[in-house]
Amino acid sequence: MPRLKSADSTRRRNSELALLALALLLVLAYYATVEATMLDTITPDFWVPTAALAGVFLAMHVVIRFLAPFADPALIPAVALLNGLGVGFLRRLDLSKVEAADQANLSTFSGVGGRQLAWTLISVVLAATLLALIRDHRNVSRYSYTLGLSGIVLVMIPAVLPAQFSEVNGAKLWIRFGGFAIQPGEFAKLALVVFFAFYLVRKREVLSLASKRFLGIDFPRGRDLGPVLVVWMMSLLVLVFVKDLGTALLYFGLFVVTLYVATERVSWLIIGLLLFFGGVFLAYFLGSAIGGPFANFYDRAQIWLDPFSEPETRGYQLVQSLLGLGTGGLFGSGPGGGAPLQIPEVQNDFIFAGMGEEIGLFGITALLMLYLLIVERGLRAGLDVRDSFGKLVAGGLAFTMGLQVFVIIGGISGLIPLTGQTTPFLSSGGSSLMANWLLVAMLLRISDAARRPLASGGGLAAAPGGKPAPQQLHGAPTEVIRP
Amino acid sequence: MNAPLRKAGIVILVLFGMLFANLNWVQAVKGEEYRTNEYNASRTRIAEYGKQRGNVEVNSGGTSTEAVALSKPTDDALSYQREYPFGDLYAHVVGYKPVTMASTSVERFENDYLSGQSDELFTDRVRALFTGEEAAGGNVLLTVSKAAQEAAYKGLKENELGVDVGAAVALDPSTGAIQAMVSMPSFDPTPLAGHNYDEAGAAYAKYEAEKNNPLLNRAVADVWPPGSVMKIIDSAAALESGLTPETSIQAGPSYVAPGTTHEITNAGPGVCPEQQITMIRALTVSCNTSFARLAVEKLGADTLKKKAQAFGFEDKALTCGNLRSNTGLTVAASTTGEIANPDGSEDKAALAQSAIGQKDVRITPLQGAMIAAAVANDGVQMRPYLVQRLLGPDRTSTHYTASPQELRRSVSSDVARDLRTMMESVVNNGTATSAQVEGYEVGGKTGTSQNGITDNHGWFVGYAMKDGKPVSAVAVFLESAGDAGSAEATRIAGQILKAVTSERGGN
Repeated sequence: MPRLKSADSTRRRNSELALLALALLLVLAYYATVEATMLDTITPDFWVPTAALAGVFLAMHVVIRFLAPFADPALIPAVALLNGLGVGFLRRLDLSKVEAADQANLSTFSGVGGRQLAWTLISVVLAATLLALIRDHRNVSRYSYTLGLSGIVLVMIPAVLPAQFSEVNGAKLWIRFGGFAIQPGEFAKLALVVFFAFYLVRKREVLSLASKRFLGIDFPRGRDLGPVLVVWMMSLLVLVFVKDLGTALLYFGLFVVTLYVATERVSWLIIGLLLFFGGVFLAYFLGSAIGGPFANFYDRAQIWLDPFSEPETRGYQLVQSLLGLGTGGLFGSGPGGGAPLQIPEVQNDFIFAGMGEEIGLFGITALLMLYLLIVERGLRAGLDVRDSFGKLVAGGLAFTMGLQVFVIIGGISGLIPLTGQTTPFLSSGGSSLMANWLLVAMLLRISDAARRPLASGGGLAAAPGGKPAPQQLHGAPTEVIRP
Repeated sequence: MNAPLRKAGIVILVLFGMLFANLNWVQAVKGEEYRTNEYNASRTRIAEYGKQRGNVEVNSGGTSTEAVALSKPTDDALSYQREYPFGDLYAHVVGYKPVTMASTSVERFENDYLSGQSDELFTDRVRALFTGEEAAGGNVLLTVSKAAQEAAYKGLKENELGVDVGAAVALDPSTGAIQAMVSMPSFDPTPLAGHNYDEAGAAYAKYEAEKNNPLLNRAVADVWPPGSVMKIIDSAAALESGLTPETSIQAGPSYVAPGTTHEITNAGPGVCPEQQITMIRALTVSCNTSFARLAVEKLGADTLKKKAQAFGFEDKALTCGNLRSNTGLTVAASTTGEIANPDGSEDKAALAQSAIGQKDVRITPLQGAMIAAAVANDGVQMRPYLVQRLLGPDRTSTHYTASPQELRRSVSSDVARDLRTMMESVVNNGTATSAQVEGYEVGGKTGTSQNGITDNHGWFVGYAMKDGKPVSAVAVFLESAGDAGSAEATRIAGQILKAVTSERGGN
């Protein structure tokens, strides 16, 4: 198909390749620095993990050239850099766990870092498969109810499973069998975003118009909001009972923001914030009064208020996290030069603190900027895409990721009470990595649609008069022409 | 729907702004506080052991030095192991640097320099930044002389009375530089500095459980009644009140101070049974009745206490280490105790006993050496110190050289000269002949002090001079050594003085 000239300038695939090369070079340098610091020498094989990563990221780049040629060129390089540094840091943790004599013999796929490398390869393949299967993001809406239902089921499975199959470090968020564990909640998040987006787009007219005014605020009718409310309440209830209020907070934020974006009513934000702070206060109060499922939150709030009151016991993790960050200071102790193993769970929840000790304030500010870049580029895809479903999905996914980064990094640096969350693309674990790569694939797909020139064909044919054709959303003629 | 999406973007920006601000707070503002936090010990320890700690060295004759504490590379997480090649010989002077516990002595008060953290080593750290090498710590050269230390250690350890507890100190009277400092029993610091926390802790627990507490530096940290050593201070006060060494004072086999029934006698019936005796003779034979009587009838409690203070008693602030920063070993205060009745009037019985170094009079062995040093140094007492020089990591630069400080004037030059006459008589014709060193003028005073519980303690304090120039002042203390204790202490002191003088003679 002949393409317009303007199309080439919006593809920017070569920029993506250049940025990706830069990211891989940084990852390679990181590996070299870690080995030079920890082993006093750079092993002849230091480039092997980077080469594996380069292979799979470049393959992803090629896939994008064919399947999503107009996709945002900044996403993959940013994610690749985070993912590569994450694998490198986990490998660095492995190095300090083994005896000095064995350090040089740590093979590419051994240890936590090696497993993470394997997960990366699988995740990228999954992301590419998603891009191949879903050529138009609006097709996903076909499975919205299925996704919504499976979202609920995924969240519920660990809650109903016996603790021995579902509990890790006090939170029932897992499905464990044999030496294998997945965290279904990571995938449920994606499913729920799609469901909320689909349902709210279908109902947005009634939601904004057929409302009852109460106390100066427009409330939608219960029957319009019902299903969303039910799904959300169920996930929230489940999460409260699996003692993970951080994830509950994440789902709540996701719900409120998609509702706000769909209805364009600020009242939802206000209600959401009131409910949130009310809920937090209630959880704190209930935690101190009756304990039960809220005791965990109360405990964490206490630690947050004064981590140094019990630095050896309850506050140990947060204290070590703060001391690690503080010891790193502005410049850090250098990759491989810190003592991240002082922090329990540094490979999961506290990975950002462990890295912060070694790359310092300047280094983790750069990481923070990478996250901000991914989130804001996701939101930008939502702004530019022409259909409401795409807007809500992209906005919901991007915002959820931003909120998750805020919750976990705010937690480990003492800004907010600590709640267990993975740090996207850095924390060890296949579920989190896969889910986040699928999220990125979804953002790539939507940004491809958003940046695709109208005249260039693809999903959207130009209507006479230059106006875009009505965009049919599966199952409903709701459509938006309000760019 | 774009307006709310944009606002969501702003919300994310605000949230990330908060993260950024908070990370700045944690890493930049509070960084130093967190770095030095007591709960951060495990992290700072790894960083601290990541570079080579400097040596602690002593003089081993002439200009050569010998490392008594050094760090060797290891394969474990803490890259350098602290070693003390001479075991318990220098243990109390150098101290030890354990991995998990508090360090002591030089290892503690020169920690910044040894670890390379001090300001003097800033340029070395900057240079290391560019060369990529780890900046090693600086080296500390002590005033301690290997020969004197070995003589003191050997003398105490192999004392002929089988005494387990004691201490010896030698210093240069003209500067205050410590030449030897030994506390007995001693301990081997190397196991305490091991990298296996459990083994190091067990080694420490073992030492601490020992009856005679080998970890205690008795040379500076504990006090005992000085016995007749106190008569040097009595003599100084008497000379200042107008008496001369040849002045006759009262003696006799016993003395009962007015208002009491407590009878003071002499060490034996052969000691000053006559009624009159010259002061120099009284000191030479260590006549108790003379000095008790002199204190009660002539000097008074206030004069005695003031004179004791002039020699360094009641000094609670004294440290012995680095003169410039005034850091170092904390020296326990020597004291005369209260010599008064509850109504504030002079307690004559207590005064009589205090004058012969009993009752509540207590001194450290270092104080004993400082008394002799003041006499030898024309009445001027110098501030004692251990750190002679601070050398850079590469040993080419010297960051500090001690400049001796006058601590106080104890007596006038004339009184000091008279005291020397008297103390040399003690060594030449009296109770301390075994302290003699050929070719040197040696003065001193023995002491035998009762503690009412165990056998008597033995003391000797003294000095050696050559052509009117002081060479060394020494104090030797043997706890519960019995009546022969002072003679044995004198013999050991003589060996220490011989070691110092023979080293000097080699120059």
